[in-house]
Amino acid sequence: MRIRLEARAEPSRLMGWASPLLAAAATLLVGFVLFSLLGKSPLQAFHAFFVKPVESLYGVGELLLKASPLMLCATGLAAGYRANVWNIGAEGQLTVGALCGGGIGLALQDGGGAWLLPLMILSGALGGMAWAAIPAWLRTRFNASEILVSLMLVYVASLALSYLVHGPWRDPEGFNFPQSKMFTDAALLPNVLAETRLNVGLLLALAVVAVGWLFMRRSLVGFQMRVAGLAPAAANYAGISAKRTVWLGMLIGGATAGMAGVNEAAGPIGQLLPSMSPGYGFAAIIVAFVGRLHPLGVLLASLLMSLLYLGGEAAQINLSLPSAVTGLFQGTLLFFLLATDVFINFRLRLQGQPTRSPSAARPVAAGEGA
Amino acid sequence: MEHLAALVALTLAAGTPLVFASLGELVTEKSGVLNLGVEGMMLVGAVVSFIVAATTKAPWLGVLAGMVAGATLSLVFAVLTLTLMANQVATGLALSLFGVGLSAFVGLEYVSVVIEGIQPLAIVGWSDLPFFGKLLFAHSPFVYLSLVLFALIEWFLFHTRGGLVLRAVGESPESAHAIGYPVTAIRYLAVLFGGACAGLGGAYLAVAYTPLWTEGMTAGRGWIALALVVFATWKPRRVLAGAYLFGAVTLAQFQAQALGVAVPSQLLSMLPYLATIAVLTIISRDAAMIRLNAPASLGRPYHPET
Repeated sequence: MRIRLEARAEPSRLMGWASPLLAAAATLLVGFVLFSLLGKSPLQAFHAFFVKPVESLYGVGELLLKASPLMLCATGLAAGYRANVWNIGAEGQLTVGALCGGGIGLALQDGGGAWLLPLMILSGALGGMAWAAIPAWLRTRFNASEILVSLMLVYVASLALSYLVHGPWRDPEGFNFPQSKMFTDAALLPNVLAETRLNVGLLLALAVVAVGWLFMRRSLVGFQMRVAGLAPAAANYAGISAKRTVWLGMLIGGATAGMAGVNEAAGPIGQLLPSMSPGYGFAAIIVAFVGRLHPLGVLLASLLMSLLYLGGEAAQINLSLPSAVTGLFQGTLLFFLLATDVFINFRLRLQGQPTRSPSAARPVAAGEGA
Repeated sequence: MEHLAALVALTLAAGTPLVFASLGELVTEKSGVLNLGVEGMMLVGAVVSFIVAATTKAPWLGVLAGMVAGATLSLVFAVLTLTLMANQVATGLALSLFGVGLSAFVGLEYVSVVIEGIQPLAIVGWSDLPFFGKLLFAHSPFVYLSLVLFALIEWFLFHTRGGLVLRAVGESPESAHAIGYPVTAIRYLAVLFGGACAGLGGAYLAVAYTPLWTEGMTAGRGWIALALVVFATWKPRRVLAGAYLFGAVTLAQFQAQALGVAVPSQLLSMLPYLATIAVLTIISRDAAMIRLNAPASLGRPYHPET
């Protein structure tokens, strides 16, 4: 008897939501095996990795603090991915956002007023948009792959920031370390929860998630973007401009990633460093998919991903495991998600059983549901 | 003249990892599969080859292990996209992210380890010849290996029945299936070959070119390799030319630094990435030519409904 995949007549809604949970469970299982192989007690390791970091109020604050940039980036990316616009350079757009917002913060050191932070966030968003506009323009004007261009620009952005903090923007009193001056209080996001580092960045992120939901679900432009992603030919026929879709998809992702950059610079970091993020822009790709490209899902997935970051740090301190284990878990999670996603469009069938409505099957749509 | 020969040698050395990775990806894409995981496979190939070379003191065994590691990682991609019908773009991205994490994790204890790398050839009498010795007989064995690989792929793709079948699968899996060719199996092989080549490219970096292991040491070469395949309009000969062009750009950056050009090193380091964007844009501009040359089913999942 052989097991084979049979296309479902309709994508399964149940599997759409169950698949991230299955993937998370499978990732935990892998973690269990991995910790055992490394000679750690799995239960103890799990406790250290997933429970201990959030046992205290401070820990919960850290969880939400790290979730904010992920939420921001992933909401913007999800809008693009819905429209089949593959912006994978959020890390670069985040860096440029931090550079622009942070640059404003440094330039206006002394003139700080209540308008300084909004101005920094705005310029960060514009910087991210400008950086994302490059692949958008090259894609719409010259047909160049936005995947490769946006990714290449990650390296360019990080080198540009590195140049600035090694050179012109280096703190003259910083003992020659590659870092800018610390921001003044007016350029720092105010704290919202005593005894934690949590700042208003979280509120900004939540607002962006809400706006993202309204935009994708309730606006005509959002609807057009979804149509362009699901059925490009139909979108074309309906007069939805493919170029505009690419521009919107890239710019939205760039804006939110740029805001995430300011969030980091004016938040937990408080100055400009050669590297402004431990790969939030890349992790956000995983967050977007695990969150089903849906704002609510993105919210939950960013908490999970933030916990993976915290767990990695805790594992380094408490279990003397390398923090790179975080990246490993992130990749594994996405793999399992892609594997379990197959059951959205297909069902398992044993060879020999009668098949139901094969004519209604949609083999080509496989994978598009991701 | 000696200086020119040395420059040529350095260019070839810098371009060779791209030759391996791009040629492998070209074969994969010719079968209609787009694997964006090259960067991840290169990194894992690099770290595995380095670890094996460091522990066994046998660098060539390390190279073999790096190829196996690259192929193993590509097998994960193949199972997800070819058997489980997952989206190729998303899965390729996942492979790259996973490869970055995995290589950083397993390579942590080897970051400052020093190994005896694979040295360039030194044939008595030949390699010391004036000009031609350096130009022809004193490269790393990998440079010759990459040229052999190029010749084999060119021959296989365009002069053998197997190559014809592979291209047919990439152009129209439905037709190839109808004639009776095992589309999925052929695509599996093409993906595995691409993975092994990416692993080989990474291994060359880790055990011969540098030779050392640092986190993320491929520095985007896997992505540049992907761009090169487009730049080459899926033709092996142009892959070779493109890879050496990038070798020269990488070299220009170091040469300028050595000559003390008053440009900050970070700005010079941007050159390869900016060059990638430039050539990708120039070549993609002609949409009709891309459509004509790209495998028609590239990136499209195929589910044999039998």
